[in-house]
Formats: sequence, C-alpha cells, structure tokens
Amino acid sequence: MPRVYINKEKFTRVWYKYRLDGFIFILPWMIGMIIFQLGPMISSFLLTFTRYDVITPAKFIGIENFKKIFANDPLFYKSLWNTVYFVIGSVPISIAVGLLVAVLLNQKIRGVTIYRALYYLPSVTSGVAVAILWMFIYDKGYGIFNSLLASVGIHGPGWLTDPIWVMPSLIIMAIWGLTGQRFVIFLAGLQGVPDELYEAAEIDGATPWHKFISITLPMLTPTIFFTLITGIISAFQSLFTTAYIITNGSGGPLNSAYVYVFHIYRNAFEYYHMGYACALAWVLFIIVFVLTILQIRFSGWVHYGA
Amino acid sequence: MGTLWSIEREVGMNKYRTFQKLAIKYGKTLIAYMLVSFFAIFFVIPFYWMVTTALKQSDQVFTIPIVWWPKPVEFNNFIKAWNSAPFGTFFKNTLIVTCTAVIGTVLSSAFAAYGFARIQFPGRELLFIFMLATMMIPADVTRIPLYIIFRRLGWINTLKPLIVPSLFGGAFYIFLLRQFFLTIPSSLEEAAYIDGCSSFLIFWKIFLPLSKPGLLTVAIYSFLVHWNEFMAPLIYLNSESKYTLSIGLRYFLYEQGGYYNLLMAAATMALLPCLILFIFTQKYFIKGIVLTGLKE
Repeated sequence: MPRVYINKEKFTRVWYKYRLDGFIFILPWMIGMIIFQLGPMISSFLLTFTRYDVITPAKFIGIENFKKIFANDPLFYKSLWNTVYFVIGSVPISIAVGLLVAVLLNQKIRGVTIYRALYYLPSVTSGVAVAILWMFIYDKGYGIFNSLLASVGIHGPGWLTDPIWVMPSLIIMAIWGLTGQRFVIFLAGLQGVPDELYEAAEIDGATPWHKFISITLPMLTPTIFFTLITGIISAFQSLFTTAYIITNGSGGPLNSAYVYVFHIYRNAFEYYHMGYACALAWVLFIIVFVLTILQIRFSGWVHYGA
Repeated sequence: MGTLWSIEREVGMNKYRTFQKLAIKYGKTLIAYMLVSFFAIFFVIPFYWMVTTALKQSDQVFTIPIVWWPKPVEFNNFIKAWNSAPFGTFFKNTLIVTCTAVIGTVLSSAFAAYGFARIQFPGRELLFIFMLATMMIPADVTRIPLYIIFRRLGWINTLKPLIVPSLFGGAFYIFLLRQFFLTIPSSLEEAAYIDGCSSFLIFWKIFLPLSKPGLLTVAIYSFLVHWNEFMAPLIYLNSESKYTLSIGLRYFLYEQGGYYNLLMAAATMALLPCLILFIFTQKYFIKGIVLTGLKE
C-alpha cells in the first residue's frame, strides 16, 4: 500500500465530522428507546395514580391504587408469596447444580462439548411447547414421575392438581430449564481461574475438597454473585407462560400457580384495570430493585481477585 | 543377590504406586463421568419422552409401566396433529414475526453498537451508561402503556406490535455487539478513513462482514425470544388467522385435551426449529456469554 501523507487540518475536520456521525448511528436506538421504553415507563408511572379502563378517560385518584394493593388485595399477597416461593426454590438450586456440573466437567473430561450441549438443550426451549411437555410429564396417571413411583408401589401426588405440589413442580421444571445457562456461565468463569493456584495447593498437599473450598469457590464468587442478581431479577418476572398454560389461564387450584406477573396480566388485560395493574408493576419493580441494592450492599462475600 | 531383590521390590513398589495413582485418577474421572451423566439424563429425558410419545399409538401412551420405545412407530401422529389445527398459518405467522424481528434487531443493534464502539462523539460514555441502565426497565412496567399506544394506532390483532419494537435495537444486543466490535483492529478502519471512506461505508463494508459470528449470536438469541414469545401474542392477537405458534398451540392443547401423542407431536414440531438451530450453532451461544464479559 502506498504511504499516505495526512493533511492534518483536513483530517481534523473530517474526524470532527465523523464524530457527529456517531449520533446518527445511535439515533435509531434513541428513538426506539424513547418511544418503547422511556415514554411508556413515565406514562406507566403516571397511570399508577389513575383509574383507567382504556375506553373512558383516565381519572386521577391519588394513591388509591397503592392503598388497595397493600390493604385490600389478598391476591397481591398470595401472588407475591408464590413468586417469592418460586425465587427461593429455583434460584439457589439452579446455581448449585450449575456450579457442580461445571466443576465436574472442568476436569479434563472427554466429550465436554456433548455434555455441554445436553445440559444447555432445555435453555433453548421455552414457552408453550415446553409447558405442554411438562404437563404430560406431571400427568397424575401416566406421567413419568407417577409411572415410576407406581412401579415401586407409591401412589404419586397430583403434581399440577394438588395445591401443595404445584409450586414444587414448577420449581423442578424451572431448574431443568435454567441450569444449562448457569452452567455455561460457570464453565467460562472456571476457565478464568489460574492453574498456578491449584498447582501451589497441590504442592501443599491440598485435597480436591480443600481446593474446591479455598480456590474454586472464592474465585467464582463474582460469577456466583452475577448469576444470583440476574437470576433473582428474572425469576421474579418469569413463570407467567408456564403458569398460564398448565392452569388453563385460571391460576391453578387455590391459586397455587398464580404468580405476580399473572396478577398484573389479569388486572390489565382481563379486567382492564390499567391504573391498578401499572401500580402492581411498579411495586414489583421497586421490590426487585430494593432486593438488588441490598444484595450489592451485602456483597462482602464476593472475592474480587487480583 | 540381596541388592537385586531390593531393586526388584523397588520396581514393584513403583509399579504399585503408579497403579494406585492411575486408579485414583481414573476413579475420580469415572465418578465425575457418572455424576455428570446421571444429571444429564434428567436434562434430556423430557425431550426423549416428548419425541417417543409423539410416535406412539394412543393405547401405548396410557399404560403402566411406561412404554419406552413406541411399537409400532407412528409417524402419522405428526400429520394428524398438523391437520387438526391450522398449523400452516401458525407457522407462517411465527416465521413472519421472527424473521422480520431478527433481521431488524441484528441490523439496528449493530448500527448503534458501531456508534458506541468506534466513533468518539461528545457524551458517548454517558449515553452508553444510560443504555446499560435501560436494560433494567422491566417489561412488566412498560407493557401496559405500550398496549395503550398500539391500541390507539389500531394495531390490535395485527403482527405489528410483535415486530416493530424490535426494529430499533435492543440494549443487551447493542452491548454484546459493541464488545465484539471493540476486538476488531482499528488499522483497517483508519486506512479507510484516510482514503475518504464515510463511516457508514466502513460500517457496512468492513465491520458487518468481519462480525459475522457476533451478528449470528445476536440473531440466535433474538430468534429464540421471538419464536417462543407468548404474552405479547396473547395480548395482541385475537383471531385464528393471526395466531402465532405459541397461541395456536395453546388452543390446540385445550381442544385436543388428552390426546397426548398428538400434543407431543405438535410440541415437537414447535420446538424442532430451536433444537436444530442450537445443534448447528452451539458455539455461538457460548461466545455470547463470553462476549458479555463474564469470562475474565
């Protein structure tokens, strides 16, 4: 390539011009963000102070919606409890299993790619088809669980019909769907742990268990922290599709599958209580936000290595 | 004689020690294999169950103990399922939504990502942080005003509400592609600038072709999101001719009730594109995770 002599003045001018090009590049995103995110977020906030049914004009009612949520809506507490139950049940276990599998596979085992694919498979499938699949797995008479239990003489429960078993069933299903993602993240995290640490520990005669407790685990705490935060955020907002499908839109026996997002959905798109539904959505947002802040504040256990 | 014996014993001990070491090493690997395989069964069996049930005759679906291998293999279930609901329409609608949304997402996200990664303009860092912050805006909060907007626009019972919002780029995808663009050496671009090439041309002619893996990662992620989306179609679509696959499956479920072999056939058909996509593009899923900076 011939050597190019740069005309400094011209170059600066051109460069300056291109700097403004930067705005043009991000303009589409900015427009979309204002129309589909920022604007709706503001109007959603304003709607929380109104009664609005889409047809008649919105009516300002102050903080009535919030008062109703906390003082006069048993389903708010029920759905919040179901959601918290789901979060507590699914997030830690999926992290633990994902971590365990990642550690096991990180020892130079052959066929890692195949195992990785097998574990990740559920993560690429979701939605209605998966919910239907699990409805059959949980079938009271002929599903996998109860057929296996029957073969050892145990009469299995109605997984999706007995209120006590509904949430555990949904949790098992969620763990199945989530672990793959966690595991791939941990596997990437493990590759960042320097080998020297293990070598040094081996010279000192550390057992595999010691190595896990004093090297692997501390080195992975940032990854665990990340999965915990994002996992909790998304668990609070998930489960609508599954809960809706397996209960035929009813929320299940004794509302046992009635999760928070379901409550928002029903108020908004079945009752058309738009203002109230917005208030519910904001309460959820604030709960999740506060939880996230708390986790960050109490993140002393996270080890940020050199 | 004595020394020979002790040497022999020494060799024997060494052999024994090597054997012991190997036993520990392989024993550990064996245990790891067993555990990993045991868990893997739990993750794969639902799919096995789905496909085999889809191939069973009705009387084999409802038997105890479980029939693990269908006999005879009934491929007809797929045809029956396909014909018992307008699945052709559902697939077509889903394909329209997914393909448009994926192409739109990829191009618009790449466009913005290039701006964030490669052009120094005033306020860029601030805007970038702002963009990251928008990832925290929960969909539940914006869903209702969006519904009101689309309703005003007369877009109820059209596919537009499912497509249009994704044509402006998603924050997560922009972030991912920005990380990707940052890894491309700047020498190419500088040469092009000096030759008087505009940044749009550089983006189009240099960055897009060089970033195929990154673009593919974004395409895969957004494909899965749109293909499986349930709540938006549930809210916006209300006539059968507009239904996407997820809504169509739901009605099929309530109509077919207990015909689990047909239901599983339908579920298999709905999941097949995702599974095939995954099998052929596995490494890009992993790449996405690495790109978002988790691998330190």
